[in-house]
Amino acid sequence: MNTAPLLAVDGLGKAFDGLIANRDISFIIHHGEIVGLIGPNGAGKTTLFNCLAGFHTPTSGRIAFEGRDITGSTPEAAAALGIARTFQIVRVFQSMTARENVMVGAMLRNKRVAEARERAEQELEFVGLTHRADTPASDLTVSEQKRLEVARALATEPKLILLDEVMAGLNPTEVREASQLVHRIHLRGIASIIVEHVMEGIMPIAHRMLVLDYGAKIADGTPAEIAENPAVIAAYLGE
Amino acid sequence: MTTGTMTQSRKAIGAVALLALAAVLPLAVTEPSQQNFLILILMGAQMGVAWNIVGGYAGQVSLGHAVFYGIGAYTSTMLLVSLGISPWIGAVAGGLVAALFALAMGWPCFRLKGHYFAMATIAVAEIMQILVTNSDLLEGAVGLTLPMDRSGWGALIFLAKLPYYYLILGLLVLTVAVAWAIERSHIGYYFRAIKDEPEAARALGVSLTRYKLIALSVSAFLTALGGSFYAQKEMFIDPGSVFATTVSIKIALIAILGGVGTLLGPVLGAVILITIEEYSRTLFGSTGSGTDMIIYAAMIILVAVFSPSGVLGLLSDLRRHIGRRLPGGTKTAKADKLEVRP
Repeated sequence: MNTAPLLAVDGLGKAFDGLIANRDISFIIHHGEIVGLIGPNGAGKTTLFNCLAGFHTPTSGRIAFEGRDITGSTPEAAAALGIARTFQIVRVFQSMTARENVMVGAMLRNKRVAEARERAEQELEFVGLTHRADTPASDLTVSEQKRLEVARALATEPKLILLDEVMAGLNPTEVREASQLVHRIHLRGIASIIVEHVMEGIMPIAHRMLVLDYGAKIADGTPAEIAENPAVIAAYLGE
Repeated sequence: MTTGTMTQSRKAIGAVALLALAAVLPLAVTEPSQQNFLILILMGAQMGVAWNIVGGYAGQVSLGHAVFYGIGAYTSTMLLVSLGISPWIGAVAGGLVAALFALAMGWPCFRLKGHYFAMATIAVAEIMQILVTNSDLLEGAVGLTLPMDRSGWGALIFLAKLPYYYLILGLLVLTVAVAWAIERSHIGYYFRAIKDEPEAARALGVSLTRYKLIALSVSAFLTALGGSFYAQKEMFIDPGSVFATTVSIKIALIAILGGVGTLLGPVLGAVILITIEEYSRTLFGSTGSGTDMIIYAAMIILVAVFSPSGVLGLLSDLRRHIGRRLPGGTKTAKADKLEVRP
C-alpha cells in the first residue's frame, strides 16, 4: 500500500511582482480527510488553491501528491492525477445543459459519450440535480450552479477535491445540505479542502482546520483547538 | 431520453430529405448559369461548415482562413501542372499541407486569446498572400492556369457544370459528416467547454492547446479541399482570388450569418450571402467591384446588432415566440419550451 500522505505541501511560497500572497506554507492532507481552510479576506486561500490545482506556479517550495512531486504542473495534469476543484465565482459551461456539464468532467476518465452520460447521471443524483439535468446551466440558480460544479469535479474521479466557497450566499437549509454533501464526499473516500467563510457549515464536519493570515499559516488543528487559538482570534478580531 | 431520440431521428429525416432535394435539383435547374449559382452556394456552404469547426464549436474566430483555401488550391494545381498528378491525390496532399500549416501557425497564435487571436490569423494570411505574390516558383501575381486539354473524372476538369455540382455536393456532405461526427464525440463537448469557460475546462483535464490545434487543423484540411475544388472549377488561380482577405471574411461571415456552432447554420448562411452577392453582381456589373465588401460589412453589422446567434438563432427564437403566443402552438415549440423550463 501507498504509505505517502495524499498531499504534502512543504515551504510553499507565491509572490506576484513583490506582493507576497503565500509564504512558507507547509501541511499534510491524508486520504479521505475533510480539511477546512479559513482566514480573513486576502489571506491567500485562493492563491493556495490555484497553486495546488496547477493554475499558479509556486515561487518556492514543493507540492507532492501521493509521494510524487507535482510542483508547477499544469491544471490538466493535476486533474488527471486526481485533483479536482470548483471555482469561487462559478464557471459552469453556460451553453450546455447541466448533464452535459458533468459529462465533460466524466470524459477525463472515459471518452465514450454514452458512458460519460451514465456517469453524469450518477453524479447529478449525488448532488441532487437529477430533475435539472436537461436545464441549460445558465438557467440554474447560483446554489444549483455551485452543486453542478461539485458534480462536474466529482465526475473526474478525484482523490482530492478543492471546494472554493461552495456555501457562500446559501440560506441556512442550503448550508446544512452543503455540509451533508461534503460529508458524503468524505464517505466515498475522497479528501476535501474547503475554503469557507461560513463557519457553521464547516466547523461541524471538518476533521482539521488550517488558518492563513497575511499569506502565512498561523494555525493547524481540530476545529475545537482552532476556536480557542489566541493567534486565530487575534487575526479575526484584531488585538 | 425519448424526446432526445425523437429530435435526433427528425433531424436525420430532415437531412436526408435535404440531400435528396439537392441531388435532384439540377433536373429542374438546367441553365448553366443557374447551375453555376447553385455550385457557388454549395462552395460557400462547404467553407462555412469547415470554418465552423474551429470558429463556431471551439470559439476560436479565424479571419485568415484564406490561407488554407489558398494552400489547397495551389498545392493541387502545382502538382497537376508541374507533375501531372491527379487532383484527387493533389487535393488530399493540399489538405495535409494545410493541416500541417495550421499546426505550425496555431502553436504561437493560440497563445493569444479572443480578438488578438483573430488579428494574428489576419496577419498570417496577409503575409502568405504577399509571399505567394512574390514567388517565382508559383508564378507570382500572374497565377496558374490548369491544362485545358485534359478533362474527365481523372483530371477533374469538365466542360459541363453538372459534374462540378455533384462533386461539390459530395464534398459538402463529407464536410458536414466530419462536423457531425465531431459534434457527437467527446471532442465536440470539449470544444464547447473551451469556448464557454477555458479555465474550467482545464480544471477538468482538457488540454486547451491540444484541442484548439485539433479544431484548427481539421478545419484547415477541409477548407483546403474547398480551395482545390475552386481551382478545378475556375481552371485559373492567382493570389488575389484564393489568398485574399475578402475570402477569409466571406468564409467566416457565412458561418456567423447562418449561426455559429450549429451543424447546418453555415448552409443557410451560404444560401443568403451568395444569393445577395450574385444579385448585386448582376445589378451593378463590373462597375460595382467593391460592393461585395459593402455587403459583407452591412451583414456583419446586422448580425452583431440584431442576432448574434445568426439567422438560425433568430428562427428558433421566433418559433419559441410563436409557440408561446398561441396556446395550441406547434409540437416543436412546446418541446423547446419544455426543455427550457421542465
